[in-house]
Amino acid sequence: MTTAAPVRKDRAMELQKELIASYFTRLSRAPQTGAKTVATFVPGNLSELLQCFDAVPVLPEINALQSGMRKLSGNYISEAERRGHSEDVCTYVKCDLGMFDAGNVGPTGEKLPVPDLLLLSYTGCFTFMKWFELLREKLDRPSVMLHVPYQGQGKATPEMRRYIVEQLERVVIPELEKLTGVKFDVDRLREKLALSVKAEDDLVAVWESAKNRPSPIDGYFGGVYYIGPIFTAFRGTQEGCDYYSVLREETMQRVREGRGPVTPDGEMSEEKFRLVVEGPPNWTHFREFWKMFSDEGAVAVASTYTKVGGLYDRGFRHDPKDPLGTLADYCLGCYTNHSLPDRVDLISKYVEEYEADGFLINSVKSCASFSAGQLLILREVEKRTGRTGGFIESDLVDPRYFSAANIKNRIESYLQMVDQKRAAAAGAAS
Amino acid sequence: MTTQRTTAEITAACEEMYYDLSFAAPRRWKDASPDRKVAGYLPVFCPREVVHAAGMLPLGISGAGDWLEVIRGDAYYQSYLCHIPRSTVELALSGRLDFVDAMLFPSTCDVIRNLSGMWQMLKPGCVVRYVDVPQNYDPEIGGRFWQGELRGVAEALSPLSGIEVTDERLAASIRAYDENRAAIDAMYALRRDRPERAPTSEVYLVLRAANVLPVGEHTALVREYVAAAEATPRKSIDASRVVVVGAFCEQPPLGLIKTIERSGCFVVDDDFLLVNRWYTAPVAGASGGRGAFADLASAFVRSTTPTATMYSPKSGRGRPLIDRVRAARAEGVIFAAPSFCTPALLDQPMLSDALDAAGIPWTAFKYAENTGQFQPIREQTGTFADTMKLWEAA
Ligand code: SF4
Ligand code: SF4
Repeated sequence: MTTAAPVRKDRAMELQKELIASYFTRLSRAPQTGAKTVATFVPGNLSELLQCFDAVPVLPEINALQSGMRKLSGNYISEAERRGHSEDVCTYVKCDLGMFDAGNVGPTGEKLPVPDLLLLSYTGCFTFMKWFELLREKLDRPSVMLHVPYQGQGKATPEMRRYIVEQLERVVIPELEKLTGVKFDVDRLREKLALSVKAEDDLVAVWESAKNRPSPIDGYFGGVYYIGPIFTAFRGTQEGCDYYSVLREETMQRVREGRGPVTPDGEMSEEKFRLVVEGPPNWTHFREFWKMFSDEGAVAVASTYTKVGGLYDRGFRHDPKDPLGTLADYCLGCYTNHSLPDRVDLISKYVEEYEADGFLINSVKSCASFSAGQLLILREVEKRTGRTGGFIESDLVDPRYFSAANIKNRIESYLQMVDQKRAAAAGAAS
Repeated sequence: MTTQRTTAEITAACEEMYYDLSFAAPRRWKDASPDRKVAGYLPVFCPREVVHAAGMLPLGISGAGDWLEVIRGDAYYQSYLCHIPRSTVELALSGRLDFVDAMLFPSTCDVIRNLSGMWQMLKPGCVVRYVDVPQNYDPEIGGRFWQGELRGVAEALSPLSGIEVTDERLAASIRAYDENRAAIDAMYALRRDRPERAPTSEVYLVLRAANVLPVGEHTALVREYVAAAEATPRKSIDASRVVVVGAFCEQPPLGLIKTIERSGCFVVDDDFLLVNRWYTAPVAGASGGRGAFADLASAFVRSTTPTATMYSPKSGRGRPLIDRVRAARAEGVIFAAPSFCTPALLDQPMLSDALDAAGIPWTAFKYAENTGQFQPIREQTGTFADTMKLWEAA
């Protein structure tokens, strides 16, 4: 379902690569430049706040997924297991620990520094807490907790917000001041938040472009590239804004030209299936996994994984007028910090709004935060939307849990089911 | 005059409650008056004082062990998740928990967290409350947030029971639970000091009865057991003293606890059903007179027993375990964690490293609540016990 033409790299894609590479270079040079490095997590990351202290974020989830894509994660995981870490726990953690033991070399081939501080933005995942406790024991670096309550009752309350703001004011900011020697300047934060809003607007326009037929983007496989800058170090920066502006422009151009998304083999010529995808991707066989969809003409028009660092498409924007309150709202609103009924609502709305033919869950072994309850999500979304749900299982960075033949089979049978159901519905309507 | 029950009689009564998946004891309590309401809670923590002050019975739900065939529950969970949510869903879908009016889900881990949302969808008539315990221990920050959460629980439950959680009522409930914790502490102290008189297979059953009995009745039961155990001489056995760690949520089957004992170990401390021993100090008066809600909040941020589900702000995560081992005069540690239990299994390497550094031997295995094969564990813990004895003799 793809053209045989050679892959034409869009400017946005090149820019994205440059940005991520520049980030890793800045990080690896931190010991020379004297910049302080702060490890933190993607959901609830306080990118703009860290920039106010000239600190460079270290994102262990990103390191792990990069290791997965570079086929290094298998060895890192085995090494961690050999040192006594259970085979039953999240492989991101083991990949990260194994990477430290193997010399902590980043994707650009340069050694990454040991972070100076572990900023535990505890949002949407229990494992985060143990992960940084483990790192703290291993690296002998201090940790600071930012506890973000879960939206268990389906809403963020003023008390939750206040709790987070108090932690920011009285714990996180003083720690960052102590670490960097830089005094917190709220106006600097406001400026950065204003830049975040611009990038967020552009990203949402890109997501929503998938409502077109054909969709000009793949909102899952392609989407993970789009979120790279905004989920890492570039929210609140001019470079981030520039990237999202170019990405938006190029996406709109594709819409105007009626072109489909770029896939591993080039541009998709015929969009046969529009899907919503729930759950993280597999990174060790990313391209192979993607091709299983694109070869069949299946495009992800929306996905939940691309919202782990913020649900901008549901209206959230950082608010420079309320700088700390807005950070609290941001942390509270990440996808995995939402209750299961809210997740069902969101997926059902995506299916309807993006006129999807079906939805597919990639359930990853590592991640109870995503996976526990997904079989109920499957039933509920099917019930509500009448669309066919599919279920496959893999892992994020553990190659032992990617069974290509099995997954391919499942995807093919799932798409056949979707096709049959569509044909039956069309027959009934005619 | 009532005759004193023997330890065997007491534990037999507890064992009946343990195996009773019709929940006869809490149903009896509820049926005694049409106004009575029951609030279930999942491990590892529940502010039971608030439930009690709302006039309701807190009902601990610890899965269904190895004596309920899980069919429907399995359809909701992938193979790589632990067992307790499956059996809990099975209990719910089979109607066994239909008498429960509210359910509290603490922020133990992502499995229990997500189960709270599943309950909202599967049991629409039930009041469901997610209880987010603070991971910030500053009384003015985490303590204040926790007070808000506690009031939220009270506000969710009071309309069900028609009883407002006043400061006076809550203070009385705190006293009742402080007494209960003191009684349990005495039972644990007896086991620590004379483990042959209070074997863990008995202590566990007595502790487990706290899941289903009103607090006052449970306190009386524990005291009765301690008195009977103290008065009953038993043959001293040459066994190794161990602490069992990691079994704070999904519970090991009773057979497994017995297996550990039969393999030559005295369990002299553990983290089974941790809610019953959550605080290291009395709650009453913890806030220095700022009221009952403040007492609960202060106690939580100041004197929570360190466990895998709670953040350790400083390095040295294994330190509290070493202290416990020394306080219990234990010779070694058995890590017994449920398969796929993220909190226990991620915690374990930090703890075992600390034990290694302190020269304390340990062994580890995983289990599921429905584990039926104990022989490999018996061999493992038996060898461990023998090794400790050899080291001691050397
Ligand atoms: S459990 Fe899931 S959300 Fe948490 S660190 Fe692992 S992959 Fe990420
Ligand atoms: S056994 Fe462990 S992973 Fe499972 S629900 Fe309990 S704490 Fe969570």
